[in-house]
Amino acid sequence: MSADTPLIGDHTMPETAPLTDARIGVVTFPGTLDDRDAARAVRLGGGTPVSLWHADDSLHEVDAVILPGGFSYGDYLRAGAIARFAPVMNTIIVEAEATTASPLPVLGICNGFQILTEAHLLPGSMIKNDHLKFICRDQVLRVENTGTAWTSQFTQDELITVPMKNQDGQYVVDDATLSTLEDQGRVVFRYVGESPNGSRNDIAGVTNERGNVVGLMPHPEHAVEAGYGPNDATGLREGTDGLTIFTSVVSSLTGGNA
Amino acid sequence: MPTILVEVMPKPEILDPQGKAIANALPHRGFTGFSGVRQGKRFELSVDGEVTEELLESARTAAAEMLSNPVIEDVVSVTVAEDL
Repeated sequence: MSADTPLIGDHTMPETAPLTDARIGVVTFPGTLDDRDAARAVRLGGGTPVSLWHADDSLHEVDAVILPGGFSYGDYLRAGAIARFAPVMNTIIVEAEATTASPLPVLGICNGFQILTEAHLLPGSMIKNDHLKFICRDQVLRVENTGTAWTSQFTQDELITVPMKNQDGQYVVDDATLSTLEDQGRVVFRYVGESPNGSRNDIAGVTNERGNVVGLMPHPEHAVEAGYGPNDATGLREGTDGLTIFTSVVSSLTGGNA
Repeated sequence: MPTILVEVMPKPEILDPQGKAIANALPHRGFTGFSGVRQGKRFELSVDGEVTEELLESARTAAAEMLSNPVIEDVVSVTVAEDL
């Protein structure tokens, strides 16, 4: 049984096209929850998931890295603050900031996004939701930047629905940085409808200047397989909008048309 | 045993949701004289032996680079307490 099979339901792998040679690392920290789901999403997106361990500073020659959701180190100190100093992060920071033609694509989901802000790979920070409640619901997002390795297969301003579940999800950033993010089109995902948490400018996800590092609070990896995703027009739990994140990065890595 | 105290507060311009919730709850117990609450953190760094200037400087660096996040928090003070 592979590490990313679902806990319940049909655990046979769907018959799909042969896997590409895109190897995508998924980091596990103490307290990570969604590494198995992220690995499965990579596989469903056509890539090969590779488990990475927080205490190992080697990335084992992966082509991209996902920092999944959860509560690394129990959210002690601040969400993501201690995970940011793990050995694997030292290597990820160097590779993500490399001045080469193609720096390492990195995606941070939820707690992974918080880790990326603590590591200064992405600007801003997260504080508690303005209503102070843990939220768990399906959330509509608008994809506003399709130039990143992780969003290349979306259409501009496409609306997607993916689950969201967090307590520290309110994105805060100073005025000057906010203007820069907006002016440079670095808001990748924006909440649609009533704000779920009080984030500045309804920001759900941002990217760095090079466009290789993306972080978002909602969970695309939980919306990749019909029967297990959000409700959509085709039926209950049928939503698979999140899958495009993973097919995008596989396509970007294998030189497919974006 | 000497201890270095580090105090961290949310930046004034950042909304403090926890402080706001506490402020709203205070009147429930009749504490009506307070117009607002902000909640911060206090770290106690224990030291074996003497607190040298070098150690204090190291605590200041830790406070700035790890114990606080400058995007949302300010280090309010780094002080030495002889007896806690």
